[in-house]
Amino acid sequence: MARTRVVVDPITRIEGHLRIEAQSENGKIAKAWASSTQFRGIEIIMQGRDPRDAWAFTQRICGVCTAVHAVASCRAVEDALNIKIPANANTIRNLVTGMQFIQDHVIHFYHLHALDWVDVVSALSADPAAAAKIGQSLSPWPNNGEAELRAVQVRLKKFVGTGQLGIFTNGYWGHPAYKLPPEVNLLAVSHYLEALDWQRDVIRLHTVFGGKNPHPNFLVGGMASAINLDHPATINAERITDLTGMITRARAFVEQVYWPDLVAIAGFYKEWGAIGGGTPNFLACGEFPEGDVRDLDTLYFPRGIILDKDLTRVHEYDPQKIREYIHSSWYEYEKGDAVGLHPYEGETSPKYTGPKPPWTYLQDETKYTWMKSPRYDGRAMQVGPLARMLVAFASGHRDVRELVLEALGKLKVGPEVLFSTLGRTAARGIETVLLARKMEQWLSELNGRIRDGDPATFTKEKWEPKSWPAKAEGYGYLDAPRGALGHWVQIADGKIARYQCVVPSTWNCSPRDAQGQAGPYEASLADNHPLVDPERPLEILRTIHSFDPCMACGVHVLDAEGREVVEVKVQ
Amino acid sequence: MMTPSAYAWTEGETLAQHFESRGVSRRDFVKFCSEIAVALGLGIAAGPRIARALESVKRPSVIWLQLQECTGCVESVLRTADPTIGDLLLDLISLDYNHTLMAGAGAAVERAKQSAMAANKGKYVLVVTGSIPTKEGGIYTVVGGRTAEDLVKEAAEGAAAILAVGACAHWGSVQAARPNPTGAVGVRDIIKNRPIVNIAGCPPIGDVITATIVHYLTFGRLPAVDREGRPLFAYRERIHDQCSRRAHFDAGQFVESFDDDSARKGWCLYSVGCKGPATFSPCPIFQWNTRTNWPIGAGHPCIGCTEPNFWDTMTPFYGRLPNVGGFPVEQRVDTIGAALAIGAAAGVAAHAAATVFTQIRRRKATHQVPETGPETENDDG
Repeated sequence: MARTRVVVDPITRIEGHLRIEAQSENGKIAKAWASSTQFRGIEIIMQGRDPRDAWAFTQRICGVCTAVHAVASCRAVEDALNIKIPANANTIRNLVTGMQFIQDHVIHFYHLHALDWVDVVSALSADPAAAAKIGQSLSPWPNNGEAELRAVQVRLKKFVGTGQLGIFTNGYWGHPAYKLPPEVNLLAVSHYLEALDWQRDVIRLHTVFGGKNPHPNFLVGGMASAINLDHPATINAERITDLTGMITRARAFVEQVYWPDLVAIAGFYKEWGAIGGGTPNFLACGEFPEGDVRDLDTLYFPRGIILDKDLTRVHEYDPQKIREYIHSSWYEYEKGDAVGLHPYEGETSPKYTGPKPPWTYLQDETKYTWMKSPRYDGRAMQVGPLARMLVAFASGHRDVRELVLEALGKLKVGPEVLFSTLGRTAARGIETVLLARKMEQWLSELNGRIRDGDPATFTKEKWEPKSWPAKAEGYGYLDAPRGALGHWVQIADGKIARYQCVVPSTWNCSPRDAQGQAGPYEASLADNHPLVDPERPLEILRTIHSFDPCMACGVHVLDAEGREVVEVKVQ
Repeated sequence: MMTPSAYAWTEGETLAQHFESRGVSRRDFVKFCSEIAVALGLGIAAGPRIARALESVKRPSVIWLQLQECTGCVESVLRTADPTIGDLLLDLISLDYNHTLMAGAGAAVERAKQSAMAANKGKYVLVVTGSIPTKEGGIYTVVGGRTAEDLVKEAAEGAAAILAVGACAHWGSVQAARPNPTGAVGVRDIIKNRPIVNIAGCPPIGDVITATIVHYLTFGRLPAVDREGRPLFAYRERIHDQCSRRAHFDAGQFVESFDDDSARKGWCLYSVGCKGPATFSPCPIFQWNTRTNWPIGAGHPCIGCTEPNFWDTMTPFYGRLPNVGGFPVEQRVDTIGAALAIGAAAGVAAHAAATVFTQIRRRKATHQVPETGPETENDDG
């Protein structure tokens, strides 16, 4: 078979705009290029603004894993101004971030990823009674009965009967890579619809504390939602009861639907445990501080680095070792393309050198994306659920080890399958189960402190800019659903002087660097990756979706011509 | 390996042929329709008629372009309660193009978009989320090698109406905040010959987005709008005038610092920066996420996200609005603009001006409606 150049643009079922170009030969992908074709420039927009407003601006980087940039931003400003938030505020942020993970991962599985594995058309010919039998063997979920599944099938047939397939038009239905029996497909489609209703319910936790979702409100110094059990306008008994219900329903769905479905579907696709591995290095910045955010010993998911797939050793994560490169990116640096810059000296001027639109191909260009290439100590790193679970597993984390081993046992496979497309999808499910259990503990801690007479959610000590030093800088981390996120802020005379974000998508979608190291998307596709039919690139979607791409994260500072930029000398 | 055509849904193939090849016979489909007929009390003979009717049912085609944005507006639609997103997708509309939810990718979905636009020319609803970067030939948002501007012009051509959903699609929002590095603008700056409704907010409440779509489907026309193109059914009232904490404002009871005793009593957030007095939004009435709560209800001041240019005019978010007095509700639209001072008050002033210039706007709106397009009601409020 001849060489074929494959272009997939847009990659759908992600956030933002991503283009994959690949060279395929004899049913395999030989090389791949990942391009983010959008630039928004939010970091330059931050300059000169009130640091207490930063969370609202940076939160708009992404409306999918909404909240995470806001929390990272608050932590960065609090780090710069040496603000210690009350314990209740930290617990509330854990609850909000935790529910973000749970809701986001379930949406990812059913609505953004499942159609790569589930053939909707095949579900039409399923036997609902047999599907119910399978469903009931997986879990006690009450909606897996024959009547429920038949109703879903009837609805689906009616929908298809209209001849308007809407979002299902031109899917790759019937592709030989689809392997589920019709009954499992029907079960999955049923849960696709159920998950739509479920996610709307459980995310209301954000609305209780932050007033809305997407884009709930946050506050430097804590949280704005005041606690007073004896007032109807605050966090009170009614609100706590509502939260309890959401947390219970979140856990039930994750344990009885998402996790069993994931394991059952994975069982039909075990070969994907040897596909899409790519980058052998993993970075987790750690998340869910149960004490002060600076006390790394209290992180529920630990911080660390895994090199060369070696699970016998976890290296220490040091944010000082991060540098961003622009060898293949549409930017220029003052000292040329070869240097790497730490976010505290981050310098990003866009310089587009690609073809004039409308264009056909990008892979022929030296520079081909708006993503920079972050490197840790010179290495390309993979971030996200798999990185977090590997670091936790290798660190001896009891909860993670237990669930990872349980899943491997059910699938009858060894830990080597973790470094794969399947591994990324499974790791996402594992951490969702753990967090769904953890939420109850956090809520109970909050309730305990309220009972003991501590309702504090905010510290006003450093609220007024006159209490701030003339110059300050801080780093805010958050291991977000899609991976390690860092915000770096420099403040001068009460205003933001420089703001830089190094985000999960720049780590994972980074282009080739000067050493020729590909980023994780590119490396995973080039890793002996199958592509049976270049006209229907289903396998590319499987691996790229397993990273849960979120391209709007790839924003960087822009020194726009003719605009005054506040300058700060970094000591 | 089988050839693609053996599996893929191809245009021109009839539905019956396609599903027959997938193991669902026409007979099974008619049998299913007959069951429905019996259930409806119509008798089994009505089955084939229902089958024909179902096959010919056309749900309105919706083409949804996601341009320079964060996907927050799509997420907001996913939170709608009644109709649910499942009802919307399966029963109410035919969402023929949307990056976040479509099963296919790349060339396959671009083909789907082209055929939907051709088949429904002049009839489909175009939803746009995200802004349109205009600097440097539009290179800051490109899909399939084509710029956002190119894509929105093409899709607007055959659209009956355009819903500019969210702050980005209307005026550029966060990308357009000072210094607007990419030259981000809204749809109204690019498309001048189609009716455009602005569902304002960052993001808008999901129920407001679906209600606007349902309004169009139910009444055959777009809802009446204000000067900013915002539907009156949602954006007619200021937050301040519907606020559950308004009585505390009138009584002079203010939160002076977050989490102080006054905050724990739900007093007014004006002193910590609330932009409710300058913001037209349904937040206090509709509330968020199946009426669970809203920003002020959760103790955070309103940041004014339904107002144009709020990232510049409403910041710093924790700074007080100047000179907000207590206005008689019935006079507010005409008098507030004069009563408020500069800066963040601009939004209110604009709304007040809108009322003064009602006649001008009416004439302008008439010009914007193409002969084939749906009617847009005038704001007589």
